[in-house]
Amino acid sequence: MSLSERRPSRRAVLWTGTGAAALLAAPAYLRAQPAAVKIGILQPVTGALAQDGELGRTGAELAIGEINAAGGIKALGGAKLEMVFGDARSNPEAGTQEVERMQSDGVVAIVGGFASPICLAATQAAARYDLPYIVDVGVSDQITGRGLKNTFRFAPGFGIVTAVAVENLTKLNDGAGKPAKTVVLVHEDQLFGSGLAKLMQSELPKRGFDILDTIAHPTPARDMSNIALRIRALNPDLVIPSSYYNEFVLLARTMQQQRIRPKGIYAVLNGAASNYRFVKEFPEAAANVMDCNHWHDPRNPKAAEVKKQVESSGKLWAYNVPLNYSCVKLLADAIERAGAADRGKITEALAATTGAFKGHIMPYGETKFVNGQNQGAAPVNTQVQGNDIKVIFPDAFADARPVFPVGG
Amino acid sequence: MYAPAIVAEAVVNGLLTGSVYALIALGLTLVYGVLHIINFAHGALLTCAMFAVWVAHTALGLDPYLAIPLLTPLFFGLGYVLQRFVIGPASRGNDSNILLVTLGLAIAIENALLAIFRSDTRTLSTDYGFQTVELGPLLIAKPRLIGFAAALATTLILWLALARTDTGKAIRAVAKEKLGARLVGIDVEHVYAVTFGLGCACLAVAACLLMPSFYVNPRVGNAFVLVAFTIVVLGGMDSIPGALLGALFIGAVESLSGLYFGDSLGQLGIFVIFIVVLLVRPTGLFGAKA
Repeated sequence: MSLSERRPSRRAVLWTGTGAAALLAAPAYLRAQPAAVKIGILQPVTGALAQDGELGRTGAELAIGEINAAGGIKALGGAKLEMVFGDARSNPEAGTQEVERMQSDGVVAIVGGFASPICLAATQAAARYDLPYIVDVGVSDQITGRGLKNTFRFAPGFGIVTAVAVENLTKLNDGAGKPAKTVVLVHEDQLFGSGLAKLMQSELPKRGFDILDTIAHPTPARDMSNIALRIRALNPDLVIPSSYYNEFVLLARTMQQQRIRPKGIYAVLNGAASNYRFVKEFPEAAANVMDCNHWHDPRNPKAAEVKKQVESSGKLWAYNVPLNYSCVKLLADAIERAGAADRGKITEALAATTGAFKGHIMPYGETKFVNGQNQGAAPVNTQVQGNDIKVIFPDAFADARPVFPVGG
Repeated sequence: MYAPAIVAEAVVNGLLTGSVYALIALGLTLVYGVLHIINFAHGALLTCAMFAVWVAHTALGLDPYLAIPLLTPLFFGLGYVLQRFVIGPASRGNDSNILLVTLGLAIAIENALLAIFRSDTRTLSTDYGFQTVELGPLLIAKPRLIGFAAALATTLILWLALARTDTGKAIRAVAKEKLGARLVGIDVEHVYAVTFGLGCACLAVAACLLMPSFYVNPRVGNAFVLVAFTIVVLGGMDSIPGALLGALFIGAVESLSGLYFGDSLGQLGIFVIFIVVLLVRPTGLFGAKA
């Protein structure tokens, strides 16, 4: 091998020199374009929960778009957020598979899950990789009760929601002169519905309500005639349903068909009772249905702006949108404070979130995580009134007075 | 513990649902009676028919009931072609092969539907879907009443066709004595295909009657076929009146056990009956020969 062969040619030196000069002359943003931060968005967009998954995706996309438009993550030199979307296909196994895929795609955190069984499985899968996971909806208290360091829930869980639901129901009934005494619980027979029914069964009798029956149904349910017949036979003052969208719509319509008119339908964490699609498609069945659920803060101007944006693009507005919007904002805030696209640092930053985080649009108190659960989170009571969904409790957030007893 | 009116309504609801079960069971019993095979593709073909109704409604705006005259001949043709050109030749004259061929067909159809429509559960919404008719103290859903009338009419037509027409006589001849039928000049392969076609036509009618108040996903047919199989066993394996009465009975049992044990356990009653019938009277209520 001779020396001359290894010496760079004149042409090569010239090209390299030109390249180096061009690089030096280039503006800073071209030279140091920071790598995008990949975040996983997990939602069930096919299968029985497809509608909810789409709503969740809408919320997450809105927040990501907004953050990127405002210059990305400033602590990382304006790094953009890049969405890695995973379809949980409405079952926990698919949710786990998607977490594995997101992990191999190199996401720094995951937001979403929607249903409790999906959230339980997905958070556990993410925990194996110390991957921070923000649960958007999944209310089962098991989710934050297993001591997983990576798991955070911004929204309220079962325990908080039912406590508030029972308290507000008692307040509502007392305020109207105690017209309701008897109750029938209708619930879907999996984790979410059964857990809720069990809590109601132990709490309601203490407040002077008499539970006549507790009726379980499968998801998907093809027919609510038998349940409607049982409700008609029992003739309760109140019906308390906890089901997903299709089943509650079916129940409400079958009750309307069978001319069952209790003094109130007081849903808890219901998939349909605070959903505009239900209100628009079946206004008669939806009229005056109450719900204790997630909802945006109607006083927050930012919430109104986001809602307007969603509705003007022809999409539906439901609680999934503001929740996922807020969860992505929470994650961005944590990445900002962590100052690095590093899982461990993001987890630490999430755990250290304080009331200083104001990016969310939920009617919550000061943000503070204890064992992964946001202590400021709380549900509100809504009621379908005049083809709109109004907040009736708590007074601090309410934009309408409750109609109760219905027709009384 | 329930008022008589409530129980009566549950029974009536069950009988009405049962009439649609009868149509599905008829197809199964017909194919069994003539071809002497259990058609494992029955459920998948029902799912296929339900998707056809759904597509006709969403893409063409066709009302499910108006789809009956369109889909029934279409599915008759599909069944004919399937038996004549797929199941028949593939079985190579061996009955036990037919079982496997129909099973394979079921898997192929189900996965094709899964690939096209994904696993989503879909429903139709019609204006009359939640209308009711008052019968004394009972409030009966309109789609169920229509379904009942149409199912009974279809059963009657099928029974008349088998009893009175030449094709019907040929079908019965093949069912009784295949070799003899061939000897007197009956085209057995044609009769087999016609029978399979009739079975599919029954499914198309059932699908049109189900869709106004039911949902469809690529696996929905299986639940019905399990029920239909119980009905066929209960009614006697190749009896049309047996299938009809068995279906009405099973429908009422399902509805009552749903009322008393809850919807999650509603089908329990059906399968208890299935086991009891197999133990006590394996020929079924109307079956003469084992």
